[in-house]
Amino acid sequence: MSFDLETAAAPEGLRRVAIDPVSRVEGHGKVTILLDEQHRVRQVRLHIVEFRGFEKFIEGRPYWEVPVMVQRLCGICPVSHHLAASKAMDFVLGANPITPSAEKIRRLMHYGQVMQSHALHFFHLSSPDLLFGFDSEVNLRNIVGVALAHPDIAKKGIMLRKFGQEVIRVTAGKRIHGTGSVPGGMNKHVSRADRDMLKGDVQQMLEWAQDAVNIAKQLHAQNPAMYDSFGSFRSNMLSLVSSDGAMDLYDGVLRARDATGKIILDGASDQSYLDLIEEEVRPWTYMKFPHLRSLGRETGWYRVGPLARVQNCDIIPSPLAEAQRREFIAWGKGEPIHATLAYHWARMVEMLHTVEVIKDLLDDADILDGDLMASGERRGEGVGIIQPLERAEEAKFAGVEGVAQLFQEQPTGVFNSKQPDLP
Amino acid sequence: MTPALPQYLAPQPRKLKVATVSLAGCFGCHMSFLDIDERLLELIEHIEFDRSPLTDIKELGHCDIGLIEGGLCNSENVQVLREFRARCKTLVAVGACAITGGLPAQRNHLDLGALLNDVYRSRPGMTEGSMVPNDPELPLPLNHVHPIHEVVHVDYSLPGCPPSADAFWSFLTDLMAGRTPHLGHGLMRYD
Repeated sequence: MSFDLETAAAPEGLRRVAIDPVSRVEGHGKVTILLDEQHRVRQVRLHIVEFRGFEKFIEGRPYWEVPVMVQRLCGICPVSHHLAASKAMDFVLGANPITPSAEKIRRLMHYGQVMQSHALHFFHLSSPDLLFGFDSEVNLRNIVGVALAHPDIAKKGIMLRKFGQEVIRVTAGKRIHGTGSVPGGMNKHVSRADRDMLKGDVQQMLEWAQDAVNIAKQLHAQNPAMYDSFGSFRSNMLSLVSSDGAMDLYDGVLRARDATGKIILDGASDQSYLDLIEEEVRPWTYMKFPHLRSLGRETGWYRVGPLARVQNCDIIPSPLAEAQRREFIAWGKGEPIHATLAYHWARMVEMLHTVEVIKDLLDDADILDGDLMASGERRGEGVGIIQPLERAEEAKFAGVEGVAQLFQEQPTGVFNSKQPDLP
Repeated sequence: MTPALPQYLAPQPRKLKVATVSLAGCFGCHMSFLDIDERLLELIEHIEFDRSPLTDIKELGHCDIGLIEGGLCNSENVQVLREFRARCKTLVAVGACAITGGLPAQRNHLDLGALLNDVYRSRPGMTEGSMVPNDPELPLPLNHVHPIHEVVHVDYSLPGCPPSADAFWSFLTDLMAGRTPHLGHGLMRYD
């Protein structure tokens, strides 16, 4: 994976411009740009500046601590890490499949997670750029500015995020860094009172989520020249899909398409992660560069996130979001959409899907009652992959799809993480 | 005849300036702050944000309140923390990592060089010949992760991983009203 502008041929004498820190994103980073005397860009890099070492210091800890430790990688998508680790540990314990109740409550938790993170990303972080323009007044280019200029949009964003956070709270015990999921299943059901509280609001959320898709869609329609071209680049795309090819945010198999939309990998088990994906290091960032081994470092890199997921799946298994997916795909006129700003539109289609799934799960009696824990023969090793939520996915320096976590049993009966800390 | 007293303008109510930063943290404290939900719309009638991950303001101005999430894991964290102390009248350690180093301090019993080598060179799945990132643009990691009170004076601490939204609300509304902040029952926790 290399880009023309990744490394300047002669960096000496070039002028350095830095965007430091990168703000309104999920994570710690800075961008450096080197310009020549004619102000032409010669080099541009996104540096992920933080190193933590989670993958190493969880070694030797009791295995049941891992899902609550690794979620501290990220307070915006803690549930993704909480559940990726739990899923890996399910394999280690031989608890596959987990019980229907546990699977449904975990799924509910995760769809709440994706919903709140997508709402945060679109409304709290990105909407100032989209509503005011990239070069708008710096002091207003934030959620406070949106609240002043478009109070109705800001309020919907805040309430959509709140609902997703509440779904997490009633399943995980806490909005951020909860404890609901454990290796082998779940440690609590959803209470009837909590279920009824959420059911009371879900119809309103469904309407607002549709409004959000319409906002994203209208932005594209109003300025297609910019929205189709800004930051656009062609790439492979990787995501999870369910075994029948439908969108699935909690579990499934790996599927990748090349830049023309042709499927180049399909039906791959999450347990084959290390066989499929290699991770490279560049000296100028703590983030790693994963790529498909079969294609190698130059061509095996891929994008992840909503743009990949919405285009990789064959169908979204909920009616409103599926209708929106078809409209999105039609925008590409038979070609895959590679426009970076189309992430927003795809993200809002996904958010609508999460609300539809949450609505269905709230009507499922299994979340209130039923066995929570499964057990089986210990296998000693496992990988868990779940759909990620990082905003960094929009940069060219895309992370691996999924918060992949692999754990291996040690002779002493504790477990080792074998996967890197994915920023 | 005594000269007339100079006329002073009546003090205008002004918004409190608040800056926030995530050092070696996970943004979970910032998210818990946003968990005040629709109360955010009320809050922004009384405060304005300066430098924060939520705004695009890069240069820290003179602020009334500085909220620090996260401990210190690299040289840049220390520099940013000192700037916040110099420019914020009231500095608050928010959450477990700022107060004690938190979970990232679990690496403190490991040798940093060995840790970097393990993560970037010898784990399974790495490209052959991978090296530890060493570009001058990357801030140097510290040997240990430190709580912020080891480097600057801290005025208040909000404990929890993360502190709850209600704790943020109670703390900030106390400060806005000119009261000494006090976290009542249920708001002080150490999870």
